[in-house]
Formats: sequence, structure tokens, C-alpha cells
Amino acid sequence: MQRYILSNKNKIILINGILIGFGFFSKFALNNINVFIWSLILASILGAAPIAIQAYQALKVKVVSIDVLVTVAVLGAFLIQNFEESAIVTFLFLFGAYLEQRTLNKTRSAIKELTEMAPETALKQMENGEFEEVDIDDVDEGDILLVKTGAKVPVDGRVIVGEASINEASITGESIPVAKEKGSNVYAGTILDNGTIQIVADRVGEDTTFGRIIELVEEAQDSKSEAERFIDKFSKYYTPAVLVIAIIVWLFSRDIELAITILVLGCPGALVIGVPVSNVAGIGNGARHGVLLKGSEVIGDFSRVDTMVFDKTGTLTVGNPSVADKEYYGDNIDEVLGYLASVERESDHPLAKAVLEEIGETTISPVENTEVIKGEGIVANVNGHRLAVGNVALMERENVRISEKARADIKRFEKNGNSLVLTSVDGELKILMGVRDQIRPGVKEDLQKLKKLGVKNLIMLSGDNQGTVDVVSRELGLTEAHGNMLPEDKSAYIKKLIEEEGRIVAFVGDGVNDSPSLALANIGIAMGSGTDVAIETSDVVLMNSDFSRLPHALGLTKATARNMKQNIVIAVGVVLILLASLIFSEWMNMSIGMLVHEGSILAVILNGMRLLSYRLR
Amino acid sequence: MKSATIQLETLACPSCTQKIEGALKALDGIDKETIKISFNSSKVKLDFDEDKVSIGEIEDAINRMGYEIQKSKVK
Repeated sequence: MQRYILSNKNKIILINGILIGFGFFSKFALNNINVFIWSLILASILGAAPIAIQAYQALKVKVVSIDVLVTVAVLGAFLIQNFEESAIVTFLFLFGAYLEQRTLNKTRSAIKELTEMAPETALKQMENGEFEEVDIDDVDEGDILLVKTGAKVPVDGRVIVGEASINEASITGESIPVAKEKGSNVYAGTILDNGTIQIVADRVGEDTTFGRIIELVEEAQDSKSEAERFIDKFSKYYTPAVLVIAIIVWLFSRDIELAITILVLGCPGALVIGVPVSNVAGIGNGARHGVLLKGSEVIGDFSRVDTMVFDKTGTLTVGNPSVADKEYYGDNIDEVLGYLASVERESDHPLAKAVLEEIGETTISPVENTEVIKGEGIVANVNGHRLAVGNVALMERENVRISEKARADIKRFEKNGNSLVLTSVDGELKILMGVRDQIRPGVKEDLQKLKKLGVKNLIMLSGDNQGTVDVVSRELGLTEAHGNMLPEDKSAYIKKLIEEEGRIVAFVGDGVNDSPSLALANIGIAMGSGTDVAIETSDVVLMNSDFSRLPHALGLTKATARNMKQNIVIAVGVVLILLASLIFSEWMNMSIGMLVHEGSILAVILNGMRLLSYRLR
Repeated sequence: MKSATIQLETLACPSCTQKIEGALKALDGIDKETIKISFNSSKVKLDFDEDKVSIGEIEDAINRMGYEIQKSKVK
């Protein structure tokens, strides 16, 4: 019976509402007071049933819930034969709860979308060699699985047969499909765009990268800050306190109407739900935009950051040196590029790799008499020509004439922070290339946005020499930049910023060798490719190492922190206004109290929902 | 000891978690320290002794409080 009533709550709300409507219709249109009273009595009993059951259940486990307050209030109204109020209050309470559930689902939708991307079934190879569809829970490590076009990869594993292109957006945020062949790693939750593969499961369920991300986000949305824990504790004693106050008021004033009004006005609601709602919507927005925020504590701290410290290589720069500037002198450059590639492909120097990447496809000629001059470069014979590839010192040794224009170019290249690769053919300078680790595209604009959002100090720390560091710093417009720093120097520097200068510091790094800094900073932000351990040690993870998500992350935490404050103001403000109007005005009664109360709960939920569509302007 | 993860219908009021927690604590065989009810993901996680209490009884206790169970997983 109890269960039947609870599971048909929605129908009860509907009938309850119709009865109330019908009651008022008969009173005003038909002038039939009897029908009016009986419909309202019926509506009250019907509406009170599920509330009373919930109250009884709560009391059984020693919890004084809102249901208890409302049940007592409805009983009181019944007692003084105010059926109008008893009916309307039950309707408003039930209908409000229904709307709350619907809107709450919306605020949680972003995270739900994420968890729903988790694979549920897999095609597993059975003992007879056939593939059969099984529940994802029945897949173990070492099982062989078949993944077809359009299906989700069910586990983290390796390809053993076949080829495919896979969309890994769910874990990396990158939506361009990645080609996979025998031996490639594939990840749970990614989608096979095209092809068919068989894979062997390495990690299943919650151990997969995707499983870990989901768990992390789910934990984050329910993690509580100091303030929330306080509110929780507060509400535990607050609700019984309201009941006690109402009883005392009744004992002294003998005014049941006043006592039950206090019961309804005192319902906590917006206060308890306001902060979690902002939290879940904020974290949900982040999850949709490749930003993992680990809980409401992180949101609070991150929103107050005034100093951001960046690792250079791999964070502000691409971390992969490439040819940034080049100049050609004289003719037959295509031929010379071919010679240069022929020589460089025999070298494993990092600069050679950058040069080869720049040249791309070309004709390769046989190379003879190769001689490597340490710290300068390579000299060799190609197609009967003498080729020298290296720095300025090598050119001088080879007596290569360097024109005025070339000298000016060299100076300019060096000023831009390049390492130089010069190429001469038969003693004549042909090509000048400048190689450097390039700044990530868009980083400069992103740093400007951070400044606009109120970050005062942008500091770069790097193991590179001060010269290179200064060049990058000038180009990006940073406040400070320090070179020649070991990982322990970086963490010591951060400690100094926090302890001696009292700043709130966020450290942004790739987590490879700067985990001490990530841990020490008030907020550790990892540029994670989604597979890194950094996901676990940091407070914020930027998926797919996408730096451009940093301003969004900061703006979002600021908006979320603001949203929480607004919700607290709405909640506390409404209670204060209601109590004041109870004392100072005539018009306050139970129904209006319930209406305002439910309205304030919906207001904080709707306010929280705005965060879902937050975008940085 | 087994650990269970139970997915509930959407929880709408934070006091729901208190009620469910109270109901679970009243059961014998559940490790009270491990009960974790998350409001937003509407999930219950707990460890229990399967000799003393079954997953069915645990689900029943939650059901009786008026919350529907969507999916439960025992490991």
C-alpha cells in the first residue's frame, strides 16, 4: 500500500490539483460551498498520504525531515478545519518536489551524458571461437573482443587483428579519428568510426581510463566543501528546531494557525540544495568542455587564484622543436634541400629531425665521406658536391663566405631564440634555418584572457637557459620568467610565493617531472592527455593537453563560486523575509509560505542551471 | 565482505540521503563505516557481509523508504 502510493505520486498530484480546481470552481461559479469543502477535504487527504508516509519512514530512522514538518502542519490545518490551506499546501509541496526533481535532472545532465557514454555490452569470443554479445561486467582482462563500425570500444586494450579509425573524443577531447592497427592501444568509451578490429582486454570497468574519469567526476560532484558540511550539520538540527519552536509558539499563544505557518515557513530547502546545485552544474559544464574540476573545494580555491605559474616546455610551448624561420640564398634550392635531407637523415640530432620534418618528401642522393664535427655539425659529399651542415663555427672552419644580408638574418634568427642550421654547398651558403620549440598557437591570447579574468602574475619557470626563457617571456608578455630551474627549484619557488608572499598560486604543468609543484601549489593544473597519472594527483585536468581550456576553466570556477553565493543569498534572504512578514504583516499564511518556499528552491535550481550554458566571453 | 554499488532513481532532496543512511544502518551485516551515499550521482556504495545480509535485503530496505533502484552491482 505504502509503496503503491509512493510510486503513484505523480497521479496523486494531478488528481489533487484537479480536486482543488474543481473545489474553487464550485465555490465561485456554482456558489456551492458544500462541494467546495468536500473536494478540498478529499484533496487534502489524498495529498497528505504520500507526505505522511515519507514522514513516518523518516521518523522510523530517527530523521526529522521536511515531510515531518509539512505533515504536522497539514494535520494542524485540518484540526482547525482550514481545508483550503491543507489542500493547497499539500499540492504545492508535492508539485514543487516534482518540479525540483525534473530541474535537478537538468543540472545533472552534463555529467549524466558523460557516464552514459560508458559501454554496456561487448562482443566476447567464447570457448567455441564465436563472438557473443555479453554484459560489460562479464568481460575480464585477457578476453578477446570484437569491435565493429559504430560500436564503442568496451575496454582498454590492444588491437590483435584488423585496422580501424577511432574517435577518441570521449577521453582526449580530440574529435579527429585516430588510425589504429595491430599493436595499437585502444581505450574504453571511444567510438569506432570505420573498420573492424579484434582486441585483447588489458583493463576493464572502473580500471579503464574512461572509468577513472567518470569516477573522478562523480566523486567531484558530491565532494563537499567546509561550508557545505556546515550547512548539512546545521540542517540536521535546524528542522527539529523548527518543530520545537512551532510547538512552543502554540503552547504560549494557543494559536494553531500561527504555529503551523511557522512550520511551513521554517522548512529548509533552498539553503540545503543551493550550493550542491551550483557545484554539480559547474562541474558538469567543465566535463563537457574538457575541464575536469575535482570538487567544490577546488572551485572555491581556483576562483581566487591571483598568481599562475607555468612550466615552459610542453605547456606554453609545443615541446617539439621545429623550423620556425628560414632563408634561402642563390638558386637550385630544391636540389640543395634534397642534399640536406640526404645528410640529415643519417643523423639522430634533434635539430636534424626538425629539419627533415620541414623539408618533407624529396629526392635522396647517396652520401659519402660523412664526417661529424662535434658541437659544430656534419661535412659530407653528395653527388660530387661538398656539403657542410651546422652552425656558424662550422661555416667559418669551411671558409664559407657569409654575405651582409645573411649576417643580418643570422642576428635576427638568434634574437628570436632560434638554434641555427646553416647549409653550404661547395663553400657557398645556400640555406639558413632557425629551429626552436614553438609557442603553442593561441597561448598569447589565452594568457591575455587570464589577465582579464583577474590573474595578476603570470610566471614561467623552465629548465632552459635564461636567454631562451626571456625570448618566450617577451613574446608572451609574462610578468616574470626564470630559467635554469630544476624541478626542486620550481617547487621551492612556489612554496616561497605561497608562504612568504601570501599569494594564491595555480601551477600549470604536464605532470611529467613537475608533480611536486602540482602538489604544492594551491591548485595543481595538469595538462593531461587523458592517460596520465597526473589525472590523479592534480586538482584540475585539462583534457587533451588543450591550453585554450584554461581561461574557460578559470572563468567557469569564478562563475560557479559567484553562483553559489547568489544561491545562499536567495535562500537566507527568503527565510528572513518570510519570518519578517509573519511578524509584521497580516497577509502571511501557510499557503503563501509554501508557495514562496517552493519558489525559492526552484529559483536556486534554475540559477544553478545557468552554469550549464556558461561560456567565456 | 562484498562491496555493492547501487544506482537509485534521482534523489531530489538532501534529506533523502539521511533517510537511506538511517535505513541501511538499521540492517545487520553492513559495514557502517563504508556507507557512502552520493546525492548528485544518486548512488549508494557500501561493504556488506553476505553471510548476514543479502543484496536483496539491502535493496528492499531502500525500496521500503520509497526509492526505486535502477541497477545494483556486487563485487
